[in-house]
Amino acid sequence: MAERKIRVLLAKPGLDGHDRGAKVVAHAMREAGMEVIYTGLHQTVPSIVNQAIQEDVDVIGLSVMSGAHIPICRKLMGLLKDGDIGDKLVLVGGVIPNRDIPVLEEMGVRGIFPGGALFDDITKFIEENSAGR
Amino acid sequence: MGVATYIKDEKDAIQEVVLQSGIKVKPVYTPEDLDRVGFDYGKDLADPGEFPFTRGIHPLGFRSRNWTTRQYTGFGTPEETNERFKLMISHGQTGLNVAFDLPTQMGYDSDDPMAEGEVGRVGMAIDSLRDFEMAFKDIQLNRIGSGLTINAVASIMLAMYEAVAEKFGYKKTEISATPQNDILKEIVGRGAWIYPVEPAVRLIGDTIEYAMKELPKCNPVSVAGYHIRESGCTPAQEISYALMIAFAYIDNVVARGYKAEDCVGRFSFNLNIYGNLWETVAKFRAARKLWARLLRERYDVQNKKALFLRGIFGGGGSGMTKQQPENNIMRGAYYALGAALSGAQTTALCSFDEAYTIPTERAALLSLRTFQILMDEIGLRDTVDPLAGSYFIETLTKEMEEKILEEMEKVEKVGGMVEAISSGYVQREVSRQAYEFEKKIQDGNVTKVGVNKYTEGVDMEVELHEHNEEWAQLQIDRLKELKRDRDNKAVNESLKALEKAAREKTNVMPYLVDCCKAYATVGEMSNVFRDVFGEYVEPSIF
Repeated sequence: MAERKIRVLLAKPGLDGHDRGAKVVAHAMREAGMEVIYTGLHQTVPSIVNQAIQEDVDVIGLSVMSGAHIPICRKLMGLLKDGDIGDKLVLVGGVIPNRDIPVLEEMGVRGIFPGGALFDDITKFIEENSAGR
Repeated sequence: MGVATYIKDEKDAIQEVVLQSGIKVKPVYTPEDLDRVGFDYGKDLADPGEFPFTRGIHPLGFRSRNWTTRQYTGFGTPEETNERFKLMISHGQTGLNVAFDLPTQMGYDSDDPMAEGEVGRVGMAIDSLRDFEMAFKDIQLNRIGSGLTINAVASIMLAMYEAVAEKFGYKKTEISATPQNDILKEIVGRGAWIYPVEPAVRLIGDTIEYAMKELPKCNPVSVAGYHIRESGCTPAQEISYALMIAFAYIDNVVARGYKAEDCVGRFSFNLNIYGNLWETVAKFRAARKLWARLLRERYDVQNKKALFLRGIFGGGGSGMTKQQPENNIMRGAYYALGAALSGAQTTALCSFDEAYTIPTERAALLSLRTFQILMDEIGLRDTVDPLAGSYFIETLTKEMEEKILEEMEKVEKVGGMVEAISSGYVQREVSRQAYEFEKKIQDGNVTKVGVNKYTEGVDMEVELHEHNEEWAQLQIDRLKELKRDRDNKAVNESLKALEKAAREKTNVMPYLVDCCKAYATVGEMSNVFRDVFGEYVEPSIF
């Protein structure tokens, strides 16, 4: 039986419209054999959580360039726990200063990939850490 | 190596150089190259200030007028931003370039649930005229021009600018604002869109038409190839897409019964200085020439001044790196040199800390000093278009022109720019190239200093701009106060009149000015448009 592909929801939460990074990473994930669902821009956190449930994804990747990654991630992690889907692997990428990395880790965001992160590091991280593989 | 693609032999000698736009650079250029590309001084260059303006739009260039410097500025509350405006002006900055936060750019008030976490973060929060009164306090609006980096709700901000100027006692004929107001590029590259393409373009037409009649010193649109380049397109595509987008706006105004000649004189452009130095210079020279030539050919524009490609050549954001951030100071200086060698009227430079967050005061001042050193110290004001006549630059400018025309042809083939963007054709093309380029960096085929070469040793922590969470609450409290204090009946009446104008396709600008003066909020005005126009839905490009 063919192994199920890793399913990733790649989301652009909030009002930030800079999607070069998200689209580029979507290409890279596809090339690495993952199934990628890209939400498009201006998504609310509840809508991202709903899409993650509907699409039955293993991984949620957020791309945030506006500097609002901390409030956005805090809200997402809360809703995932409330919705009993706290097992999803959550990644965040974008304009993220080093000082914010421990804050995000503390919330349960497992992969943090600031601008300049390598495609291979992102895809390997997902392969090694997403549940049920 | 570098932004271009380099092929080397085993001894590290460069065998081939291919610029991003696809042009091969030869090791040596001679007069024969000029013959090969059919270079003709009168036709291809002419003197500065003469058609086709390849050498610049002013006969004396920077000699007669230094460039305008406009660092992109804004954060937190209007007062915080006002302080920074004044600081930059006191250090010799000659224009403003206003950064709005994302809720403002997206037409949400600070207390909207959609605004949570974003208030005052990437720019200043503006909810109403009351905020503009604080933001522009003590700024001489008849002397200092303001770029307003706003697009989907640019019509609202231009109206508010007129309202604040009037409140401060300036005549609307003496103020100079340049709202970015380029929604088509937002859809391709920057993502701050709200309304569907057709009504969004109509709003741009409304602002252009209104400015033609009422705001003679305002530039109602700044067509921004800049953000499409930031999203990953080549320099040739940047110019071709920008010109095609400008034509789409001209067509809207022409369809209202005006002559292109009467509106294009106030068009402005926002173009990127990131890239290979020679390609950058050739790009700007070719862009000026093509804009003038195509305006004549397509729209029969004859008035010389209406043929000028004016604009801000600046930024360079996608060249800046998070790694070894101080290298960005040097990068910025070279990008600014490119802008100076290209005869930019106006400039701005991404600061060295912008791969992290919006710039600190120190970083913004360093960018300003970079321009001042170029112009006041090392000789960039000495003579106009100093690279003119170079076998290489003139050949490259001609080749660049051909590349830009080729890209325009591709867009024409899929039905013109509005169709090419509505269908996602341009977005797909840009995103594919962004991926290919990023792969080249990650594979080491394109050198990025401090990222994939010379990576050792100099990574350092930079001092970062501090976002203050209290700004949002302050803004929300103030908004509550405003809604309590203002004449809400007058607000409702002005909003109703706006809605009627929006539905009946009357020019909305005078109604927006009335709404602003009644202290209607940005969210209230934007929601009128949301109700009438609906919202844009992105085409799927994967």
